[in-house]
Amino acid sequence: MSSPFAIEVERLSKTYEGKVTAVEDVSFQVAAGEVFGLLGPNGAGKTTTLRVLITVLRPTGGVARVLGLDVVERATEVRQAIGYVPQERAIDRFLTGREHLQLLASLYHIPKDQAPARIEAVLKLVNLEHKADEVARNYSGGMKRKLDIACGLIPDPKVLFMDEPTLGLDVESRLKIWEHIRQLKARGITILITTNYLDEADQLCDRIAIIDGGRVKAIGSPNELKSGLGGDIVTLTLAAGDLDKVEGLAQAVKGQAGVKAVSTKQHVLDIRVASPEAALPAILSAVTARGCRLEFVDYHRPRLDDVFLAHTGRRIKDE
Amino acid sequence: MQMYMQEVGALTMRWVKRLSRERFSMLFTLAQPMVFWLIFFGNLFQRTANTEVTQAPSYIAFLAAGVVVMTILNNGLAGGTDLLFDKENGFLERMMSTPISRTSVVISRFLFVMTITSGQVLVILGVAYLYGVHPVTGIGGVAVIILIGLLFGVGLTAISMALAFSVKSHGDFFSMLGFLSLPMIFLSTALVPLSAMPGWMAFFAQLNPMTWAIDAVRPLILTGWAAALPKIGIVVIVMVVFDSVCLYGAARAFRRTLG
Repeated sequence: MSSPFAIEVERLSKTYEGKVTAVEDVSFQVAAGEVFGLLGPNGAGKTTTLRVLITVLRPTGGVARVLGLDVVERATEVRQAIGYVPQERAIDRFLTGREHLQLLASLYHIPKDQAPARIEAVLKLVNLEHKADEVARNYSGGMKRKLDIACGLIPDPKVLFMDEPTLGLDVESRLKIWEHIRQLKARGITILITTNYLDEADQLCDRIAIIDGGRVKAIGSPNELKSGLGGDIVTLTLAAGDLDKVEGLAQAVKGQAGVKAVSTKQHVLDIRVASPEAALPAILSAVTARGCRLEFVDYHRPRLDDVFLAHTGRRIKDE
Repeated sequence: MQMYMQEVGALTMRWVKRLSRERFSMLFTLAQPMVFWLIFFGNLFQRTANTEVTQAPSYIAFLAAGVVVMTILNNGLAGGTDLLFDKENGFLERMMSTPISRTSVVISRFLFVMTITSGQVLVILGVAYLYGVHPVTGIGGVAVIILIGLLFGVGLTAISMALAFSVKSHGDFFSMLGFLSLPMIFLSTALVPLSAMPGWMAFFAQLNPMTWAIDAVRPLILTGWAAALPKIGIVVIVMVVFDSVCLYGAARAFRRTLG
């Protein structure tokens, strides 16, 4: 009961109908009050993991606990304590926003005399009071998403699960939804989101788990994961005619001060540098000394997509 | 128990609210076709149908029982439709992530479909009444007709919901419904009595639970209690078996989807 973690997942696996393995040996913990992200491309197993945690899917192996409660053994108690914001716009377009919330209040067994106050509070939290009595078919995408979140907040959850909270939203609505999520975190709610947006994982999440092919590839805060890559990245792209000079240049750069690792791919050199001040002049003089013609030079601090690439061998948008 | 009432009540009210905002589609897709069967089909065949064969004062009088049971059939088979959409847009999953009993959603749907079906049976009987078809067993007979409708409707709605939970796409759902509905009607005593059917059709009609329902409803409208009671006894047995089979078959799909 007195687990320090809001969510614990141990060696979770889920195989559908004995054939397709959606999730394999997934383990992670989420501390109370954290915003935790499951980052991965479509079909990586994020949603399967989340569906196990919200008790609508039984795992075929491993254990998952929410607030110390096993999601299979004590499903009803888990359901009472969590909120869920689905990926699809799970909205009944014939009902008004308020009617959605009234329905949810009854499903969470909130007493009739307490429900209206709770509904008002939730509507206010997502700024939907003025549209509460309009049928949902008239709502914009962003408003539907707000209503989704409001529905997830009706039980006053300690843990909120959000599946792709900003999928398909325009930039302005996205920023608003992020703002709401930050507000919820400030109220002490533990939040688990799934996302395939790198910037969302980067800016919103305290920690993330990178999931690909049903497995966890890396876990940590975005900064930890980035610095775990071992320094900043210098990318040199040589002119097409200089393909034969790539390997020689790579060898020459490897020995230079401040350079940690070099990898090549066709006529591109990927150089990890510990201290750019020392490394950059050395790299450039090696280029000059060998008479290489540069087509393009890029220097950047590691981004989350570099992290993703390093751990999964591909970029998140390659599908 | 109080919690169960609260959730089933709220879920049932949701169906009612949806319906009240979809009045036109409701009117056009459910009530009207059945009334048309009675009015158009009934009048079309009024003169060609042989009253010696139908054993009824008029073809419309004969057809009334058939259209009543067709209404029950169509309502029941369409009963899962809203759940199909709920499954597809994630509303069902949202409901199942709340601490409700795993049976509430299905029960709310049964309650709603049964209520609507009963209302529509009354509409059909009302239209038939305007054509001079007055049920000889009176109000009591109408009540029994509705009870037969409920018994038949439970199994049909269970099939429909199980189908809604099992199909891969809603195209599959609607084509399967279309595939089921017409043969059920033609291979029953809805439009002609068994004695007037080709042998092979009569054979299949006798295996059709719909035939047994019609055979109990028809004497309640046309002949009287003495003729109806044995048929009612039989239809109760047939429907208990039918419902058990449907519910047993559907339970697996329910468990798989609802946990």
